[in-house]
Amino acid sequence: MIKKIKKFKLPVLILFIYGILGIGAPEIAYKSFDISLSYLGEMIYIIPPVFILMGLMEVWIPKNKVETLLGKESGIKGILISFVLGTLPTGPLYVAFPMTASLLKKGASISNMIVFLGSWATLKVPQLLVEAEFLGVPFMILRFVLTFIMLVLMGLFMQFTLKLSPDKDFLESSNEEL
Amino acid sequence: MTLIIIYGILIIGLVVSFLKSKEKTKKAFKIAKKAFMKTAPSLLAVLGIVGLTLGILSPETISRLIGADAGIMGTIIASLIGAVTLIPSLIAFPLAGSLLRAGASVMTISVFITTLVMVGIVTMPMEIKILGKKFTLLRNGLGFIAAIVIATIMGAIL
Repeated sequence: MIKKIKKFKLPVLILFIYGILGIGAPEIAYKSFDISLSYLGEMIYIIPPVFILMGLMEVWIPKNKVETLLGKESGIKGILISFVLGTLPTGPLYVAFPMTASLLKKGASISNMIVFLGSWATLKVPQLLVEAEFLGVPFMILRFVLTFIMLVLMGLFMQFTLKLSPDKDFLESSNEEL
Repeated sequence: MTLIIIYGILIIGLVVSFLKSKEKTKKAFKIAKKAFMKTAPSLLAVLGIVGLTLGILSPETISRLIGADAGIMGTIIASLIGAVTLIPSLIAFPLAGSLLRAGASVMTISVFITTLVMVGIVTMPMEIKILGKKFTLLRNGLGFIAAIVIATIMGAIL
């Protein structure tokens, strides 16, 4: 029971903030609630299929394939595959978190997954078109190139850091469930 | 559009999976349910935080904070607002475009866009639950630094 309550600690805290805001600044609280609701409307359709897809990935995608295509030895090819997978038009970043967890478990390297998440977040095709329209083509291209370079560097750095000091608590808790 | 793509892939995936093995498809659903239950509280939290941040930081407020005469302070504020909020790109890019035309610097706008999409403080509860605390903190922290580097170079070139 206590464990269950602990799980909902953050949502309860947020509800509490809403309460205070509701007394102090009711218009802002009302507006915030409205925005939360509209995001709920978006997530409620996206989240269930994403988790089912993750389940399907978990059962069907063979481990050795992920390892050869996206593993530590995959080199430039691995980076390019992660980049292409990330740029496909497939929705907001939180959709990619379960996919990433699944691929990591199957042996994808951390550096490739950072490129994957980063391209998913910042280098999506439809998003780039909107960017070019409102901020100009040179802005878009320069940001694209610089972001890609930074993502590869970030990935290598994170791989190195997490190898030196892995996230033991998290790895233990996710192994427990399997 | 996103929905059509996701559901399209899902339906194809489910049909193929079901034809190949009923058992494995069942297992996939089991895994999905378990992962969903585990993530549900942090999803709720993310929803609440998104509402709060955008309710307080409306596009008009953001324009005022990082507008033309805000200078280097404007750049710093832009990076923080970008890191915290989660704004759909269809709203973010027109907003950034109008700020740029109103006289905000290229550096300010690029740091805003890059932190906006790369660093997600509001989605952190969910990311931590799914990918672990160290991964999340490193990814977002490094993303923030990367955004500043990118913006500085862009400001110098454009």
